[in-house]
Amino acid sequence: MSTPSILEVRSLTKSFKSPAGKVDAVRGISFSIQKGTCFGLLGPNGAGKTTTIEMMEGIQKPSGGKILFHGEDLGADFKQRSGIQFQSTALPDYLRVGEVLNLFASFYKSSVNLEDLAKRCRLLELWKRDAHNLSGGQRQRLLLAIALVNDPEIVFLDEPTTGLDPGARREFWELVESVKAQGKTLLLTTHYMEEAYALCDEIAIMDQGKIIAQGEPNQLLKTHFDGVTIEVPSDDFKKATGKLPFPVFERPGSVEIPTRDVEAVIQFLMGAKISLDRIMIRPRTLEDLFLQLTRKGGSPA
Amino acid sequence: MSTQNHENPASGMARFKRFWALVDVRNKEFLRDHAALAWNFLFPFLIVGGFGFAFSGNSQDFFKVAVHGSATQTGAAEFFETKYIQFIPDNDLGPMLEKLKRHQIDMVVSSGKYWINSTSPKGYLLERLLIGAQKPTAGTTSSVPNSYEKQTVEGREIRYVDWLIAGIIGMNMMFSALFGVGYVIVRYRKNGVLKRLKATPLAAFDFLAAQIVSRVFLIVGVSAIVYGGSHAVLHFQMLGSYWDLSVILLLGSLCLISLGLLVAAMVSSEEFAGGLLNMVSWPMMFLSGVWFSLEGMNPWIKKAANIFPLTHVIEASRKIMTEGATLGSLGFQIWILAILTVVFLTIGSLTFKWE
Repeated sequence: MSTPSILEVRSLTKSFKSPAGKVDAVRGISFSIQKGTCFGLLGPNGAGKTTTIEMMEGIQKPSGGKILFHGEDLGADFKQRSGIQFQSTALPDYLRVGEVLNLFASFYKSSVNLEDLAKRCRLLELWKRDAHNLSGGQRQRLLLAIALVNDPEIVFLDEPTTGLDPGARREFWELVESVKAQGKTLLLTTHYMEEAYALCDEIAIMDQGKIIAQGEPNQLLKTHFDGVTIEVPSDDFKKATGKLPFPVFERPGSVEIPTRDVEAVIQFLMGAKISLDRIMIRPRTLEDLFLQLTRKGGSPA
Repeated sequence: MSTQNHENPASGMARFKRFWALVDVRNKEFLRDHAALAWNFLFPFLIVGGFGFAFSGNSQDFFKVAVHGSATQTGAAEFFETKYIQFIPDNDLGPMLEKLKRHQIDMVVSSGKYWINSTSPKGYLLERLLIGAQKPTAGTTSSVPNSYEKQTVEGREIRYVDWLIAGIIGMNMMFSALFGVGYVIVRYRKNGVLKRLKATPLAAFDFLAAQIVSRVFLIVGVSAIVYGGSHAVLHFQMLGSYWDLSVILLLGSLCLISLGLLVAAMVSSEEFAGGLLNMVSWPMMFLSGVWFSLEGMNPWIKKAANIFPLTHVIEASRKIMTEGATLGSLGFQIWILAILTVVFLTIGSLTFKWE
């Protein structure tokens, strides 16, 4: 790639000791993040996303491998130049929004103008509100503002919209877009494929501590899928008997048939006297890819 | 977006700013937790007020007379047989006279001399009894001069509440230091506040120093208010200097906060921290002389109580308040508190973990 890499991980590993024995949470992953882009780390629960991002933030020590910031090991200066939004963060009790921002700003050698920051994160009207009395969306905006308080070069966002309603999630995305527009580099972990698709320039899908697919979202879809998905309600599909001429994935309440030949599938369904009234034909999404790769969506019927 | 450049973070000014921001935040947390704040003041007032009221009536039915050496051979044998007077034989005159000054005994009789406290009504009555017992017998003409020469001492009575106030201030300080620092840090570690702070350039030392300084301010402030408020109502004794008392309270709070930090460094579970803090605080509550003097207790218990910092805080402040002791005479307590502070603080900060 022509753009320089701001952060790079090489053969990164992390193992924990547990009563059941050694657990390999991250098993030798490598990737690099280009300056000014949003890199998405996706994966099911327990895939090793948070362990990976925390090692990159300097919070956890890797068991092996390297993490390079501008081509060098993470130094003492890295905390001054990075911003972090944890998956769940508690704030000191009884503090107001403005006081929280002032407190965190005091930890850095330079900080942005807090009024500007609050305006941009739509926190100005909440400046005197107790930080513990914020809604989910307001709280995530405050946590993002804390991550931005030192005008960082790279911002880590660990599942920032988990638990938010769709409206608050979209609002947060707009905010992340505006951060990206400022030229900042972002590393995002998320469960939501829609979010990764909307925000990320590049994604890596992790499962069981390894990267199982990586690339630009559209490119990944093209590589793995060429076709559409036909969804048939499970009740209707029960009528199909005998050996099926195509793979079928079971979902709660429906079955999904990925195919490049829509006509052949339709003809099969009609032949099996399955009603076409309730079928749905849609393009394949990142979620389909994620479920297929991580095998969490069921197996071919 | 415009950026405000501060000074280099390693510079003294930037570091102080960061430190002060943390102190300020901790103070705000304390002052805005209205229920806990009210309790911090109310609890000691209730105890002092309650005990002051409970012991306001004079429940001592006996007169106490210390008998020194061969006092009974001087004469007035009848006096030494009077009912309802407790005669306490003792060979050490100095401490007895101290007790007389504090109204802990009512009279001291020695060979040819007796002492009473000029402000004690009980002393006056005992004096009348002693003189009555020495009156010349019927039939003799000349009046026999009193065989005992009168001596007086002066000093206000030490009520239980005068004695108790140092204990209550010490106890309040102990709970505030142990739970306000130890428990809060464990809670912050468990709920992730410390993890968030660790992700910033903040140094552990700055964080811990801010916790200590904030709590010292608050403890000294609360102690001053409890002291002032109790004094306004109960007018307890303060024979020593306020400066000396402040030094002891400052050192005591530093020592107890350091003990809280030590507990916080060792424990990661809130429940365990609560249990451990109770295990540390309750023995101090009963064996450090908050409620009653350890005089006359098993010597082993008295020795064991010496390992508690609260014992020395209370002993030193009580001596300042009720005996007018100065810092110069409290070297033992000051050294013990200083050594314990350094030990607790060193182990606590070396073993401190953000997560």
